[in-house]
Amino acid sequence: MADPLLDIRDLKTWFRTEDGLVRAVDGVSMSIGAGETLAVVGESGCGKTVTARSVLKLIDMPPGQFAGGQILWRGRDLIPLPPAEMDKIRAREIAMVFQEPMTSLNPVYPVGQQIAESLRTHEGLSRKAALDEAVAMLRLVQISNPERRVHDYPHQFSGGMRQRVMIALALACKPKLLIADEPTTALDVTIQAQILELLVEMKERFGMAIMLITHAMGVVAETAQRVVVMYAGKVVEEATVEDLFAHPRHPYTQGLIRSIPRVDASATVRRRLEQIPGTVPNLLNPPEGCRFAARCGFAVETCRKVEPPLREVAPGHKAACVL
Amino acid sequence: MAGSTPASPSASAGPAVRAAPAFSPARDAWRRFRKHRLAVASLVALGVVVLAVIIGPVVWPVAINDIDFSAQLKPPSFAHPFGTDDLGQDILARLIYGGRISLAVGLVAMIVAMVVGVLVGATAGMSRGRVDAALMWLADLFLSLPQLPLLLLIIYLFRDGLKAVLGPEGGVFVLIVLVIGGLRWMPVARLVRAQFLSLREKEFVEAARALGASRARLVVHHILPNALGPVIVAGTIDVANAIIAESTLSFLGLGFPPDIPTWGRVLFDAKDYLDVAAYWSLFPGSAMFIAVLSINFIGDGLRDALDPRRVL
Repeated sequence: MADPLLDIRDLKTWFRTEDGLVRAVDGVSMSIGAGETLAVVGESGCGKTVTARSVLKLIDMPPGQFAGGQILWRGRDLIPLPPAEMDKIRAREIAMVFQEPMTSLNPVYPVGQQIAESLRTHEGLSRKAALDEAVAMLRLVQISNPERRVHDYPHQFSGGMRQRVMIALALACKPKLLIADEPTTALDVTIQAQILELLVEMKERFGMAIMLITHAMGVVAETAQRVVVMYAGKVVEEATVEDLFAHPRHPYTQGLIRSIPRVDASATVRRRLEQIPGTVPNLLNPPEGCRFAARCGFAVETCRKVEPPLREVAPGHKAACVL
Repeated sequence: MAGSTPASPSASAGPAVRAAPAFSPARDAWRRFRKHRLAVASLVALGVVVLAVIIGPVVWPVAINDIDFSAQLKPPSFAHPFGTDDLGQDILARLIYGGRISLAVGLVAMIVAMVVGVLVGATAGMSRGRVDAALMWLADLFLSLPQLPLLLLIIYLFRDGLKAVLGPEGGVFVLIVLVIGGLRWMPVARLVRAQFLSLREKEFVEAARALGASRARLVVHHILPNALGPVIVAGTIDVANAIIAESTLSFLGLGFPPDIPTWGRVLFDAKDYLDVAAYWSLFPGSAMFIAVLSINFIGDGLRDALDPRRVL
């Protein structure tokens, strides 16, 4: 890929806690090209969210720290950037949609004012122009009657509507990259589909890239072009969506795919929904060797001793497994 | 689609007619406040007192220092509804004038306490670490000072200096307001700090940060307005406390001079005549009682109205 928009190289975000050093993100590399949708998948506690927050430098330091690596945004490393410079990147270049729409909007301001505020700070619009733009953004994310709703407070919106408002807020300054941190997790299934559809539509309209963080493989299949699978602070597999679903190489990815409930023909034979046994290892003292070895059905002796590197197993398909 | 949330999120759902206008948090709080009957009654009572001290001199144009030795220590009558004192001065007129000072002292001292408290609390809540520890240590230090002796000391030390600069009335006013306010900011600071510590971790603050809001903007626009509820309640009750504090000082003879008859000062003057002229102390006492009690009830009402855990 020629000149990616965002290029994360060997990022290490660690947290110093009372119990010791937690290597939440430990040498993660991934890149997103302009207009591309990259899904980052993994179960809770695998470092997806910390990776996303690291990109926007939303990690509290201390206790967090960047222990190494680079976050190259259009060739410029964000890690040493001073806060004032970072504020300029946020919203205008990289914006974020959060998991909890119920609490992500400030309860004391009408939603329109929140969108307008962002436009006025970043784009220097007048009060009137910013409010008009806010109405246009609300209309764009399909909020009915936006001229009126723009004066409503967050508590007057339902969860799905609030997530639409959040998306409008994030997109108001036309960012080049939208980081969506589990944008549909807190919503019910029908609303989830609508929100994903909206994200894809917005992406096409504005030509932006999306970094979609999720733990639902179904969401990945519907929206992303490329997938990065994370496990215990590391990338274990990276491939295009088609390739990943057709030929998952890492046992963890295979487990994730098998744990999707299926309703198609092959599932007419009644079978128990599979799960991956065990839980994510404690990152305070991760096991030696492959971090997935303890839960892996194929683990051999070497897995427990040597950590397998991420290597190219097919063109554009990388996996970190000895198999 | 009569509710505030349309059943269908699609834009093509036709014109949504909403029955109620947008409820701002302030209107919502007022709606809850109105349910608190005692608070509403108190608001009316306080309103009457405030109105009385503002327009009182127009309705009752009697000079406060009109000495009339033929009418010493007269009980209430038509000529003097609240009676007269030992110099034949009209008590009603003195209470009206003094009420202005007493209420103004309460209000301004509260503002001083709020400003200092919010500044200290917000700084502590945002900075954590050493600055936070130092500021909270300072608050603890102030809390552990014996307030009354300190008040007396400060007033003895600075009264004459300030009088020389700002005149007898202004000097004492500034001194008393600063002293009362300056010794009441600690609970506010702790309250604001606690609010900040919890609010700064809220998702909407992080969302605002992710959208490029600077630190100053986060504090002023996003955290502070959400922290104000409890601060308003504390502030209301502080007005009452400051009124009492001013009366205490006046009663000890350390407040305003005798020609400025604040409620506390009138009580101080009346204390030697309790057996012959009980009405003299009864009226300023009642005025203070009504003002303080109604302010406290209003505070209660506000507490209910602004409670973040409210259901209705």
